[in-house]
Amino acid sequence: MAGPRNISVSEASRPVLPRHAKLKYDETRKVWVILAPERVLAPDEIAVEVLQLCNGERNVGDVADQLVAKYAAPREAILADVIAMLQDLADKGFLTEIREKTS
Amino acid sequence: MSDVTIPPSDSLAVLEKQRSTAETFGIPLAVLLEITHRCPLQCPYCSNPVELDRSGKELTTDEWKKVLSELAEIGVLQVHFSGGEPTARKDLVELVKHASDAGLYTNLITSAVLLTRERLSDLADAGLCHVQISFQGIEDGLADRVAGYKGGHRKKLEVAKWTRELDLPLTVNAVMHRQNLHQLPDIIQMALDLDADRLEVANVQYYGWALKNRAALMPTVAQLDECTRLVEEARERLKGRLTIDYVVPDYYALRPKKCMGGWGRQFFNISPAGKVLPCHAAESITGLDFESVRSNHSIAWIWQNSEAFNRYRGTGWMKEPCKSCEFREIDFGGCRCQAFALTGDAANTDPACALSPLHETIFKQAEAEAEGDTSRFLYRNFAGGTLESENDA
Repeated sequence: MAGPRNISVSEASRPVLPRHAKLKYDETRKVWVILAPERVLAPDEIAVEVLQLCNGERNVGDVADQLVAKYAAPREAILADVIAMLQDLADKGFLTEIREKTS
Repeated sequence: MSDVTIPPSDSLAVLEKQRSTAETFGIPLAVLLEITHRCPLQCPYCSNPVELDRSGKELTTDEWKKVLSELAEIGVLQVHFSGGEPTARKDLVELVKHASDAGLYTNLITSAVLLTRERLSDLADAGLCHVQISFQGIEDGLADRVAGYKGGHRKKLEVAKWTRELDLPLTVNAVMHRQNLHQLPDIIQMALDLDADRLEVANVQYYGWALKNRAALMPTVAQLDECTRLVEEARERLKGRLTIDYVVPDYYALRPKKCMGGWGRQFFNISPAGKVLPCHAAESITGLDFESVRSNHSIAWIWQNSEAFNRYRGTGWMKEPCKSCEFREIDFGGCRCQAFALTGDAANTDPACALSPLHETIFKQAEAEAEGDTSRFLYRNFAGGTLESENDA
């Protein structure tokens, strides 16, 4: 089963796109898109970069660290931006998160 | 090195809403494939045309595969396998596999009653991305009566459960009308209980079969107001948990809907026999000749150049009151099929618009029908419809 809904994104969460949402490069229009039922979203460059880093292994803090290293920007600002972007996606139903399996 | 800025909420734009795509009549992002008109259900509001394509006219497996490859090549991103009942086609798994291999996002729009768990699992393995199951109500009695199919509701619940067990995302599609609107709160709860990601609360649109059944289906104004209130309340309460898409019936509106995003602007569908259509009801407009994928023309050519697509594109075809209306590029005069069905001319203003000379008459008629006591359905079938027995209604 997919992860629980109603996500609140934090530094520790490990977000991934849910199965119904696919990140894909649209060769015809030369843009990245997120495909979902009855919707096509066009994430900007940075959103694409964040989503590609969200592989279910990394948590949000790790993702921010990667961007800090790459862009040499203050971690605090980057982290806040990443969380805001991901929370927006989650509220729209385009993000789920990996949680430890409870048996 | 520069600072990174991530705009918090503006980072996602809906491509379909970008003006540029619509204005250049770029290839649509999503295409509806009605791969068959065969269906075991007989819903009285079916969106298929009253003249159904018989199985002998359906495109073959190879023809559909060629269509899918061509769609992917010209830039379509999503395909919806619909019908009729798409699972009535024996080659569905093969078609889904072909679409997935071509890189298309695949969605199955189904009544679910013909599916086995094994076949659903095969579809998942073939790369199916999403399943949408229609529901006619929340309990056997009403739901099976609307569908004209005994045992259907129970089967749908079972298939919805399998869908989630197979980790496929689920949309519950609930078609609403006067005889089931009172069940809406329970339908929302049912979508949650079934662990759906998305719920479509779709009020019946009155063309084709639904127009024939309008007196039995038209909601009252009070019902519709309550429906809107419930949807708005649920959307707020279930934010991030359940996405709710809402389609209102336009008879009670003052402004008509921007049907299909405007004729030939953002959408086309392909009929079982391979006709490329600006909307699934377009064949109800007589006098329009629709090109087929079996013709010598490519799909892209048909989209851009065929007479039927260009007839009602843009605003050049409009008559008054549309022609000089300040909203002409907002709603494009509403729905061409509805204009044809209710006025006899598809180039007239859709009577759903308050500026149509027919609006008042239509509104009063709908209101009277909604308060009337007609509840018998004319069931959809290949024989032109069968009237429900008086005892069952």
